[in-house]
Amino acid sequence: MMSDTLRRIAPQLVILAVVILLNFIVFPGFFSIEFQNGRLFGNIIDVLNRGAPVALLATGMTLVIATKGIDLSVGAVMAIAGAVAASVVTAGGGWVPALLAALAAGLACGSWNGILVAIFRVQPIVATLVLMVAGRGIAQLITEGKIMTFINPGLIHLGAGTILGVPTPVWIWIIMGCLVTYVVRRTALGMLIEAIGINETSSRLAGINSRVLLVAVYLVTGFCAALAGVVVAADIKGADANNAGLWMELDAILAVVIGGNSLLGGRFSIVASLLGALIIQSVNSVILLSGMPPEFNLVIKALLIIVILFIQSPTVQHAIYLFRASTPPHAPTEERAEKSAEKSHKNNQTARESLS
Amino acid sequence: MSMTPEPVLQATGISKFFPGAIALDDVSLSLYPGEVHALLGENGAGKSTLIKCLTGAYKRDAGTILLAGQEINPRDPQDSLALGIGTVYQEVNLLSNMTVAENLFLGWQPMRHGMIDNRVMLKRSKEILSGFGLDIDPSLLLSSYSIAIQQVVAIARAVELAGKVLILDEPTASLDREEIDLLFSVVRKLTERGLAVVFITHFLDQVFEISDRATILRNGRIVGTRVLADVTQTEIVTMMLGRELEEAKKERGKAVIGETILELKSYGRRGTIEPFDMILHKGEVIGLAGLLGSGRSETAGVIFGSTPADQGTASLNGKPIKLDNPRSAIHLGFGLCPEDRKTDGIVGDLSVRENIILSLQARRGWMRPITRAKAEKIAEDYVKKLDIRLASLDMPIRLLSGGNQQKALLARWLATEPDILILDEPTRGIDVGAHAEIIELIQTLRAQGMALIVASSELEELITYSSRIVVLRDRRQVRELRGDEISIGAIVRSIAEEGGAQQ
Repeated sequence: MMSDTLRRIAPQLVILAVVILLNFIVFPGFFSIEFQNGRLFGNIIDVLNRGAPVALLATGMTLVIATKGIDLSVGAVMAIAGAVAASVVTAGGGWVPALLAALAAGLACGSWNGILVAIFRVQPIVATLVLMVAGRGIAQLITEGKIMTFINPGLIHLGAGTILGVPTPVWIWIIMGCLVTYVVRRTALGMLIEAIGINETSSRLAGINSRVLLVAVYLVTGFCAALAGVVVAADIKGADANNAGLWMELDAILAVVIGGNSLLGGRFSIVASLLGALIIQSVNSVILLSGMPPEFNLVIKALLIIVILFIQSPTVQHAIYLFRASTPPHAPTEERAEKSAEKSHKNNQTARESLS
Repeated sequence: MSMTPEPVLQATGISKFFPGAIALDDVSLSLYPGEVHALLGENGAGKSTLIKCLTGAYKRDAGTILLAGQEINPRDPQDSLALGIGTVYQEVNLLSNMTVAENLFLGWQPMRHGMIDNRVMLKRSKEILSGFGLDIDPSLLLSSYSIAIQQVVAIARAVELAGKVLILDEPTASLDREEIDLLFSVVRKLTERGLAVVFITHFLDQVFEISDRATILRNGRIVGTRVLADVTQTEIVTMMLGRELEEAKKERGKAVIGETILELKSYGRRGTIEPFDMILHKGEVIGLAGLLGSGRSETAGVIFGSTPADQGTASLNGKPIKLDNPRSAIHLGFGLCPEDRKTDGIVGDLSVRENIILSLQARRGWMRPITRAKAEKIAEDYVKKLDIRLASLDMPIRLLSGGNQQKALLARWLATEPDILILDEPTRGIDVGAHAEIIELIQTLRAQGMALIVASSELEELITYSSRIVVLRDRRQVRELRGDEISIGAIVRSIAEEGGAQQ
């Protein structure tokens, strides 16, 4: 079980390691972490902290993509959630009601998308495009067209504060990622979501309630986007309806793709998507630390996708499989059987050794 | 043997590996001009894989192919067509919204001043088709002709473009007897012209009718090649199965019919199936017979709720029920194995294990997951019981052969322990061995008290296990046969009879 997961995320781990190594090469002090004023400082911490919005979005986006859908509205939902939170605190509310109102707004957006997709059968890309365009307008209506700043310390703490020395956004995305992963993998949700993503007709005929599941995944993305929106607004101490979460839906989709999840739906791994989000943030960090002009960022991102898609292409996979099997095509079966018997024997031995 | 010594196509040592499975192991095949060569084997024996390797649809992992003495390496079916190997599949791969002539000449239309010369195209189409004994208007849409004629058009296209080897992959699966005769006369004309024809089918009678030689595959290896004039059907079947096939026993009389479980009254759906009455008892099998499109699958669909009924009432064990969607039907103890495995049955990328527990899991709800260990146990249990052949429970179900996929789907429903199981064409496209096993399973389930509704186009099979047979025509029930009335003759007469509804 564990080794399956490891094998699944191995390409992402390798790529992350390579990108971090690049960071170390361009800036040898990359790994140094200092503790000052009750807060950890360092480039690694920065990567984890700055990667929070995309990681949050990628968590929900993974589920939507697993159902063969896509959610283009998450960036706009971030703007709405930030605007809602800001307007609650500027109206004199506390940070808890502000957070809850923002999350409720996210869930409302998610249910709108979910109903369009699941009940009215609008294609996901079109259904969520509606909110992507309209959402920013809604956010502007809430902030009345200006950047709505606030000074509520509780709300600001969510984006700029620390818990046990670690920035709050890091806690938020890690906990959210673990929570969603735990829920989908410890219940049957994960498998059912994969089933409807692979073949919805078959799944429906097998008795799966695909409508409810579809609405549910859009609710999760809405919720995640709202959290990301609150984090971003809290970080800059203001809700910027024009720029909060702008183009971030594309980074989230990119994280999911780098995570090796197929846009055609089906098998998914949230952990791999989170690694994808970290890879994106580490690339940004390399470019920042090396002093290269930020234009390079997009080109390097593109190169990364090509490398990952190449590794995951069926042709390369088959070649790797043949290379691993490395049995000559005409080898007699007995020999092969012997080999595998030997291998399993060895495995048993090592298993026994590790037990004792 | 009156064969020229030089084979037109010679494949040697073809091997193909899939992750976790060897699909073809050192397979060789020689085709001589003017022969019809049958390729036989159970599902999963490697017939389709061999064809796909020959036509370049799959990249073979080892072996050589010589076409007329020249080594070839087709990159894709298009390439092999250009080299001289044409393939026609069971599902006609043509464009039904274009004319016959356009389909024949798609990609190589006769041109004049840079424009398609329609007149020449129509004239040549007529010539080509009359060469196949078809006198049809090539300017009409392909969809205005029957499947058999579309099939012949596909063959004509393949032969015109290829001209050395023609591969027919289950061409007769959806044809009636007359259409098969038409197809076979076309095949005979082709062999007279010196073409080598590869014929893949599950119908052994047809193999003996048209083929000269047969190559038998089992588990990805060659069992042997035989001249058909020298062998009997039994020998061939034995080679295919690797064991003697027992005659399917007909023990219809012994069925013990229990109490009523399902009662449907004037149940129907507008535009889908005319209202009908049906009473289903425990321990009985109702067979649904009729031609393609007569309403067999539609009947199954309204009962299972996948196309819910809009009129009539249903009661289960005397209590009124509503069958609005598959989910509610499954909760009430129904199961439906659909006709089209690929689009309605399997969830291709999920593992065999997950496919088997899918319906059970869906019924339990997402909050109560089936643990991995328990799923493993359920799946292993049914793999053993139904003799599903696979490399591992973790392999995606799409890699299994048709017969094994079907068994896995049956396992999915059996795992939910249904009271009423509806099977729509449970043996379509399945090899002889799996076929017999599924029929046996139906009889076992009935003996255990399950109520079954089975729709099938194979009448012999239907009369083997059905206690009653409902005959459908034009989307309504025309006749119910029971007891001694049941015979193939009676079913065929009811299908053909005008005004059968009055009886």
